[in-house]
Amino acid sequence: MNRSRAMMTRMMTGMMTRMTKRMMTTTMSRVVLVFVGVTMMSVNANAQAAKPAAPRARKAAWVVPRTPDGHPDFQGNWSNGTMTPLERPAGLGRALTPEQVIAMEKVRADTVEQLAKQSDPNRPAPPKGGDGSTGAAGNVGGYNYFWIDAGDQMATVNGERRSSIIVDPANGRVPALTAAARERSMERSRTAMKFGQYDNPENRPLAERCIMSFGSNAGPTMLPNYFYNNNYTFVQTKDHVMIMTEMVHDARTVHMKPVAHLPKQIRPWMGDSHGRWAGDTLVVETTNFHPEQLFRGASDNLKVIERFHMVDANTILYRFTIDDPTTFTQTWSGELPFIKMNQLIYEYACHEGNYALSNILSGERAREREAAAKPPKP
Amino acid sequence: MPRRLFSLPVALIALGAVGVLPITSLSAQRAKLPRTATGKPNLNGIWQAMTTANYDIEPHDAKPAMAMRPGPVLPIPAKEVLALGAVGAVPAGMGIVVGGEIPYLPAALAKRNENRENWLTRDPEVKCYLPGIPRATYMPFPFQILQSEKSVFMSYEYASAVREVYLTNPGPPETDSWMGQSDGKWEGDTFVVTVIGFNDGTWFDRAGNHHSEALKVVERFTMVSPDHIKYQATMTDPQTFSRPWSIELMLYRHVEENARLGQFKCVPFVEELLYGRLRKTPIKP
Repeated sequence: MNRSRAMMTRMMTGMMTRMTKRMMTTTMSRVVLVFVGVTMMSVNANAQAAKPAAPRARKAAWVVPRTPDGHPDFQGNWSNGTMTPLERPAGLGRALTPEQVIAMEKVRADTVEQLAKQSDPNRPAPPKGGDGSTGAAGNVGGYNYFWIDAGDQMATVNGERRSSIIVDPANGRVPALTAAARERSMERSRTAMKFGQYDNPENRPLAERCIMSFGSNAGPTMLPNYFYNNNYTFVQTKDHVMIMTEMVHDARTVHMKPVAHLPKQIRPWMGDSHGRWAGDTLVVETTNFHPEQLFRGASDNLKVIERFHMVDANTILYRFTIDDPTTFTQTWSGELPFIKMNQLIYEYACHEGNYALSNILSGERAREREAAAKPPKP
Repeated sequence: MPRRLFSLPVALIALGAVGVLPITSLSAQRAKLPRTATGKPNLNGIWQAMTTANYDIEPHDAKPAMAMRPGPVLPIPAKEVLALGAVGAVPAGMGIVVGGEIPYLPAALAKRNENRENWLTRDPEVKCYLPGIPRATYMPFPFQILQSEKSVFMSYEYASAVREVYLTNPGPPETDSWMGQSDGKWEGDTFVVTVIGFNDGTWFDRAGNHHSEALKVVERFTMVSPDHIKYQATMTDPQTFSRPWSIELMLYRHVEENARLGQFKCVPFVEELLYGRLRKTPIKP
């Protein structure tokens, strides 16, 4: 297959750093591939991740690029990959000190260096059945850091290095759930408890089923997934702003002129987005989320407000507010940069070669058959 | 979507471009085309083909079902689709192939016929796979063209398929893909898109018409009125066809107020088909 050949060529020509990385479908799939001894020929999801362009020195003369309609021109490819987590770890303030940033980024850089090393061809096989860690993975090894693009810097917003994406509430944490939301959450847990996690395809996460990206990449809210493919294409016309999330080729079209909102019966993935310009800031409100696209336990009433503002040639400041009084005891907000990419985005054809989901389910069926065949322990 | 009105200066320039009055009806139509700030035809909008070509791009008569089996007198619907009754029947169509017939090489024709016999298990559409080009254009779903000075992006309702048509050629494709790599340029008022870098997984229709990885598609989008685009595509694939061949069809603008692209993310719809046998407790047929 050309794809695999291209991939191998690329690996061998040593274009590892800041170059394309083709991914397979999910974290699970890499493990399953190892289990079943499938080669990279089976790797399907053609994603091409990219590191953000190196930040340039800000020129005093920079002017906002504009579309023919006079609005800021966001068109192109962007990445929101970052090390900064959504919620603030205990003991940190909102702004990190330079020393903290250096320490955190060094840990990541060291990890990357370690994981990027050539695998030892003479290493022993992993223990049969894995090392006992949880899940089907069992830590039997997967692909190395060549395949990963999790972000290698802490986010910078208005010159401040950030410990969390959330800035409101001030503690940088998702606010407490309402009593009603806690009850819904309990109900979901009770439903989930009726099944084993590998019983049915519907019991698996959306990303593993190739329905949506990891985490909340496409969102909205568009958050980094801390793994790979945090990449987006923006296209702007007079009437629409289209944001395509690389994983899984999901185009969200924001309506910029008044168009009827969707009726309550229609709840697409990524919801129904309507935008307006507030000066040079693009403001987008989204409702009508798909019932299975549960964002942190939000309800049918979830409204996400996003604000996009270009702060320099390489940076869009992305701010969002989560408004769902039936779920959260207060609204909450976050901000993170989208960094310009000078690379192409490739087709993330995930479902078309989703060997992972079959293998995950059939692996569990095999385990069940083995367990049934064993005589009961005395 | 309501028509986009062009500004007076643009209209005057456009009128000037097609000659002096009195204008013919064709040039009148051209003059009315919505145009971008730089004078290109403005293809922005939601478009859809009105054709049964997705069943079969060649001329075809109506028939009881897409999958058939021998009956005591005449062929009857296969058992997998029997329950659909008239809903599962195939409407007739004139087809969209210029000249009516695809010029297959003998082995490729045999494969097409075999594909047709095994439609249920082989058609990538049944599995909700990405449709490829040109099939995406005449699937029975609308698609949206987002055209700016910097980019032309096509967003398809079926399977949430997308493609960016690069206005600056990025060079040879780094890998093959379902939707191919699209390279666009304007030839006068026609938007010409050359698509290469395909895999061999997509079909042209539900009738088994296929191609190899060597496929090259050259598409021509010519706006012939504010609400109509003439779509032509020429297929070259020496591994499959004895010569290049073309399709031609009309795309119609969704002019209704509040027209918008729907969402047909069909991946979860085919989970039972693809993975049902792997459930802990498979559902009995």
